[in-house]
Amino acid sequence: MKRSWFPALLTIGVIAFLFAPLVVLVANSFNASRFGGEWEGFTWAWYEKLWAADEVWESLMITLKIAFSASVASMLLGTLAAYALHRFRSWLQDVHSMLITLPLVMPDILMGMSLLALFVLTGVETGLLTIWIAHVTFCLSFVTMVVLGRLQDFDFTLIDAARDLGATRVQAVKKVLLPLLLPGVLAGGLLAFTLSVDDYVITFFVSGPGTTTLPLRVASMMKTSRSLPVINALSTLLIASTFVLAALSFRLQRRA
Amino acid sequence: MTADHQRSKQWLLTLPSLAWLGVFFVIPCVLVVITAFRPADLQGGIAEGWTWDNIHMLSDPSYVPVLLRTLWLSVATTLLCLALALPMAFQIARVGPRLRQFLLLLVVIPFLSNFLIRVFAWKSLLHPEGPLTKLLISLRLAPEDAILLNNSGPVLLVLVYTQLPFAILPLYAAAEKFDFGLLDAARDLGAGPWRAFSKVFVPGVRRGLISAAIMVLVCSLGQYVIPQMVGGASDEMLGSKIAQRAFADRNLPLASALAAALMLAALVPMLLAAAWQRFGRKEAAS
Repeated sequence: MKRSWFPALLTIGVIAFLFAPLVVLVANSFNASRFGGEWEGFTWAWYEKLWAADEVWESLMITLKIAFSASVASMLLGTLAAYALHRFRSWLQDVHSMLITLPLVMPDILMGMSLLALFVLTGVETGLLTIWIAHVTFCLSFVTMVVLGRLQDFDFTLIDAARDLGATRVQAVKKVLLPLLLPGVLAGGLLAFTLSVDDYVITFFVSGPGTTTLPLRVASMMKTSRSLPVINALSTLLIASTFVLAALSFRLQRRA
Repeated sequence: MTADHQRSKQWLLTLPSLAWLGVFFVIPCVLVVITAFRPADLQGGIAEGWTWDNIHMLSDPSYVPVLLRTLWLSVATTLLCLALALPMAFQIARVGPRLRQFLLLLVVIPFLSNFLIRVFAWKSLLHPEGPLTKLLISLRLAPEDAILLNNSGPVLLVLVYTQLPFAILPLYAAAEKFDFGLLDAARDLGAGPWRAFSKVFVPGVRRGLISAAIMVLVCSLGQYVIPQMVGGASDEMLGSKIAQRAFADRNLPLASALAAALMLAALVPMLLAAAWQRFGRKEAAS
């Protein structure tokens, strides 16, 4: 039977639509033209300017500090949460599961606004700590989901086998469960790291003086058109590093 | 192992994440709703007592158009995303496994790069001195003084752009489980390709359709970066107003009232979908 060509054509069109703006952005980071309307020759100038922009690298350090500590914390909390969700069936886990999934569908601005309300009402000064708390909160759900997916594939008879062969309960967990679960936990951690580095909206609500993370810095640079091509250069580097992290995470999830 | 032991073990494993989300997710949401009923003081704090003023403000002429615009932009984004994602999910589910993996990767890759950067990429693309404007003018598709930015057109375009993967992925997950033999059966029985698609495929993936619609709708409702970056002053969405009230004039109670309205707008479709799914399951079981 003759198949319609329409879905195939549309699929190609949509994928081109998804890539077009990013391709133009990357190309323009090497374009001598300020607004990138036309190609005016190849240049490294914007990368050199970016290299000299100290405030960008300061922001990067703040971002990395938060992303690292938030992903470690959400890995710990998320792994425990996933284990509990997988292991037990009860009303408690129903509530638990609802609490884990709700932040996934909640608009960012609501999470930012509600955390701001919490910090203002309790008199906690916004800064590094409040950003960290916010990031752990939204990363937790994602890590839990990734680890849970891994647990569902895990063959729990391996634990029984280890026990039959004389391992203690602690040994079975340490020598069998954790090593097999580790790629999933690390994949969750990498996802958390990426999400934390990327977050703008929630961070915007809970940031304080001296805690300008990279996305906050990028946003303020975007408001002044003076630095537009420098943002192209910075964006290109960020896109490239996201891809590396994503590739790593896919690798970890696939290795079973 | 005793039941008591099991229970305490369960609590021990559940408590860390449960407590964290209780303190930093549930309580803050409740606080927003409570704060919506408190008066603001002039120092940017919250005054004593209770008031309906913030709720009444929502029906103020300065907010009603914003609420309506937020709703129509979100609904339009949802419909456009579904219209594009349905044939795409259909196509991806029909090709061989290798090409399928590759196509999915192509959908996810742009989605992984920073959200701000994706919006910014559109902003520079649509800039009066940018490539798209120049191209359209040189093709004589737009007048010399065309301004592509700062109206609701680009807001809708970028909303669709950023939300599209949220629609494609759940629809693909549903399409993957769909039995394509049913389509051939419909065609054998005389249905045209469009009729087979709309009467057999679309109902077949309705679960994915609902979750895609919810994801896109709820995420669009809360946007404020997009209208701020590619829209004009008259394209603000509810999210823009929340950020303005929370920061520009430090009126936390009014910001909370707006946030509570957004929460309600996001919850209604989610509850409807949950009710539909529960009802659907009962119906299927009986």
